[in-house]
Parts: sequence; structure tokens; C-alpha cells
Amino acid sequence: MSASTLPSGEARVFDPVAAARAWRPPPLIETPWLRYAVYLGALAYALLAFTTVEVNWTRAAEGVERAARFLSGFFPPDFVSKRQDIMEGLLESLTMTVVSTGIGIILSIPVALGASRNLAPLPVYLFCRGIIAISRTFQEIIIAIVFVAMLGFGPLAGTLTLAFATIGFMAKLIAEDIEDIQASQAEAVRATGSSWFQLLAWGILPQVRPRLIGLSAYRLDINFRESAVLGLVGAGGIGDTLNTAFDRYEFDTAAAVLLIIIAIVLACEYASGFIRRKVQ
Amino acid sequence: MAILTRADGVPEWRRRTPRADLLVWAGWFGAVALTLLCFQFISDRTIWAFVWDAPTQGADLIARMFPPRWSYASQLWKPLLDTINMATIGTALAIVIGVPLAFLAAHNTTPSRAFVRPAVLFIIVASRSINSLIWALILVIILGPGLLAGILSIALRSVGFIAKLLYEAIEEIDPTQVEAVTATGASRPQVLGWSIVPQIMPAFAGISVFRWDINIREATVLGLVGAGGIGMQMQASINVLAWPQVTMIFILILGTVLVSEWLSARVRHAVI
Repeated sequence: MSASTLPSGEARVFDPVAAARAWRPPPLIETPWLRYAVYLGALAYALLAFTTVEVNWTRAAEGVERAARFLSGFFPPDFVSKRQDIMEGLLESLTMTVVSTGIGIILSIPVALGASRNLAPLPVYLFCRGIIAISRTFQEIIIAIVFVAMLGFGPLAGTLTLAFATIGFMAKLIAEDIEDIQASQAEAVRATGSSWFQLLAWGILPQVRPRLIGLSAYRLDINFRESAVLGLVGAGGIGDTLNTAFDRYEFDTAAAVLLIIIAIVLACEYASGFIRRKVQ
Repeated sequence: MAILTRADGVPEWRRRTPRADLLVWAGWFGAVALTLLCFQFISDRTIWAFVWDAPTQGADLIARMFPPRWSYASQLWKPLLDTINMATIGTALAIVIGVPLAFLAAHNTTPSRAFVRPAVLFIIVASRSINSLIWALILVIILGPGLLAGILSIALRSVGFIAKLLYEAIEEIDPTQVEAVTATGASRPQVLGWSIVPQIMPAFAGISVFRWDINIREATVLGLVGAGGIGMQMQASINVLAWPQVTMIFILILGTVLVSEWLSARVRHAVI
């Protein structure tokens, strides 16, 4: 239907009163001054950002030709000639993932209990929240640098890094879940005269178990992904293999490593999605 | 839950059947054995002498890191601004690419479930599985060191994240609203604009700000491979073992991350 004619064929007259009264969806930010302040701020920031970012465009333009050469170096991916190194790196990454997730979950549970306001007294709560904040603030890579400086090169530094990062992640989300439990169930268990540990086992654990399992599976997935980059700072894993391949300009091997990472992440993600659907 | 009958005929309540008990036990046994086996593997590749030495090394490191070199901060504002710019422009770019991908991937808006959806899902997974640091490694080789490589690697990693969360939000919308708008005779773009977009708007704002917050953290380390930002200063300081400068950088990163996390929590709280 054309906009200017009604079905009956009469010409449509523009009616400013009707137009002003026409319904409009409510804006995302309801307060007008805040809305315009956000728009203005975004505009000002965009101007600032684009004027201060220095980009070497001539160098970037050369990149197109370089990229073609680089990508042709990627094909075909070479799984065979460095098979030994790839297997070694992969095994290291997988073991790091398993051990760090295990250690991380075991350590995160007491921290999570301490960081739940409905279970812990204030000093314990603040202490545990502090641990969570520190663990979540710094990128894994930065923590890995510190651990490598302390423990020397190798997968142990990477494992401890991932375990440390796991603590912050798991403890925060589990603590939120514990704070959201139905208090009546915990109260019922307490009314039977249970000890604190019995309260945890029968009043709280059953309520948070699905999330605990789901998050553990998710974290396993994340830890594998992160283990692939820790090698860049010498903390072991397949990232080491990848970095070496890049340094030696063996792009075909690098492509193989990247494809393996994608395949494993895909498998992990599928598996963790399956587990989470199963328990939730 | 199972009720067993004892030999003397008295029923006994148990949480699980004996079979389920055995399965659970075997599961735990398997998990512990696997973890120990993996730890054995790592332990074989560890020089334990260095590890036993770690407390001394750690104390030594901390002694060198403090006090931070406060005067170094004056050289860090520009790299810090670059870091924030990298995260913000990268996120903006990722939104521009990720939003259309999300609509192509969601099974209720995709133009073709047989061809377009699997292809887009593969793009999303590939983007998500490669860490931004690895993207940066590749892009620095192609584009040369600098902010552009950093911005693009942030964007490439975030596209998958934004598209994935957004397409899940699109799939979870309330279909009755779509039906209602369709019933008025709206065209496909009108249905999209008036029934789907308003429903996912809060999720979209939340996801974008959440990713921006993550990107600020990631942008702080991209400099380690030459992709610009404060990480370059960190790498330079670590290479010359100037630990007081590294501490100063850590403090600035901590401050920036705390502010961005606060901001993102505020925005998410407001829209969700």
C-alpha cells in the first residue's frame, strides 16, 4: 500500500496533531537529561578517541598485501612435520586445564561460603570479597607473568595462574547463588538441630548444586581457552607451541595449532553446554 | 531416592539406590584419578628446585616492586588513554559487526536455517575460541605494531561474544509480541523494529557494556605482543626488570578496571 493513498483512494492529509499524538516506543533511558547527556558524552568521546588514536595508515595499507602472503602461508595447515611439539603442547594444555580447574574449584568453595553475606560474619565476608576482587581484576596473563617470575618457566606457573583465576570466577558466582537460596529450606534443616556442616550439606548444597556443576563445566571450557595463551609469557601449554611457530615463521604449523584450538574449544563448548542443560 | 528392605524386613530410607551410589563413587574416583594423573604430567615438567625457592623469589620480587615509582605515572597517561580507546573503539566495531550476525544466527530471525545459520555459528565460534592476544599476535604481523592491531583484535574476539549472547536473547523473546505486530500487517523490517528490537534492547545494552568492561582488562595486556596500550610499557619495564615501574602500571590497571567494573555494573543494574 502506498503511503500517500488510503485504500479508498483518498489522498492522505498530513495531520500534525495526529502525528504528535502517534504512539512511540519508550526510549531505553527514560530520564531525558540523562539520555541526552549519554548521547552527548558518547559523541564527545568518539571525537576525542578518533583524534588521539594514532594509526600508521601507510603501514596498515601495506598490511593488505602482507595479509595475502601471510594467509597463503597458512595454507595448507601442516599438522605433520611438528607433530611431536603440537602433541606435547596440547597434552600440556589439557593437563593444565584439568588440574587448575580441580584445584580452583576446591579452593573456591570455602571462599564462596565466606563471601556469602547470609553465611559469613562481616570480617570474613570482606576478606573473601577482597580475594575475589583481586583475582578478577588482573588478567590471567599478568598473573602468569608474576608466577613465572616466582616459579620459573613451565606448566606449573600456568596451572597456578588458571587456578587463581578460577577462584575469583567461581567464588563470585557461587556466592551470588548462595545469597539467593531459599532461606526457608536452610531454616528447616537448622530447626532439626543440625551442625553447620550438616546445614551446608543438606540445606545449601542441594540448592546450589546445579549451578556449581554448570559453572565448573563452563570454567573448564574457559581454562582451556586461556591455557592456549599463557604460553606467550612462558607459562606452558599449546600457546608455547603457537608462539614458537610464529617466531620461526612456520605459519602452516601455526594454522594447524589454531585449527586444533578451535576444534577443542568447539568440543568443550558443546560438552559444557550439554552438561549445563542436563543439570539445570 | 530409594527405600531398601533390610534382611529383617525393616524398610530403610536411602538417598540413592546402591547402583547410583556406585556410579557416583566411580565418577568421583575417575575425576580424582584423572586430576592426579594430569598433575603427575605437569610435575614431570617442573623444575621443583625453582618451586621450593619460590617463597624467597616471591619475597625478593615484592621487595623489588615496592615502593612503586610514582613519578613514572606521568609517562603512563597517554598509553592508558590508548588502552581505553582500544577497548571502546574495538567494542563499538564488534557491535557493528556482531549485531547483524546475531540476527542471522538466531533461529527465529535467520533468513536460512540450513545454510546461513551454520555458517554464522561457525564464525561466532571461531571468533570466540581464539583469544584476543592470539588475534593480536596475528594482526601485529600483518599490520605492524600499534593501536590498529589492538583495536581489530579486540573487535574480532568480541564479535563472537556479542553475537552469541545476543542471538540467545533473540531466541528467548516472547513470540506473542511478534505475532501481534505481524497481525497488524507489518512488513518484515517493521516486525523486526517494533517487536523484536524493543525486547532485546536491555539485553543488548547489558551485553555491550559487559563486553566493554572485559575488553578494558584485555586491552591492558595486548601490548605484550606489540598491539599498543599500556601493555607495551609493561613489557618494556619487565624486560629491563624495572619492577617499581611494573607496580605503578599494575596500580593504574587496578584503578581503571575497578572504575570500568563499577560503571558496567551500574549500567547493567539500570537496564536489567
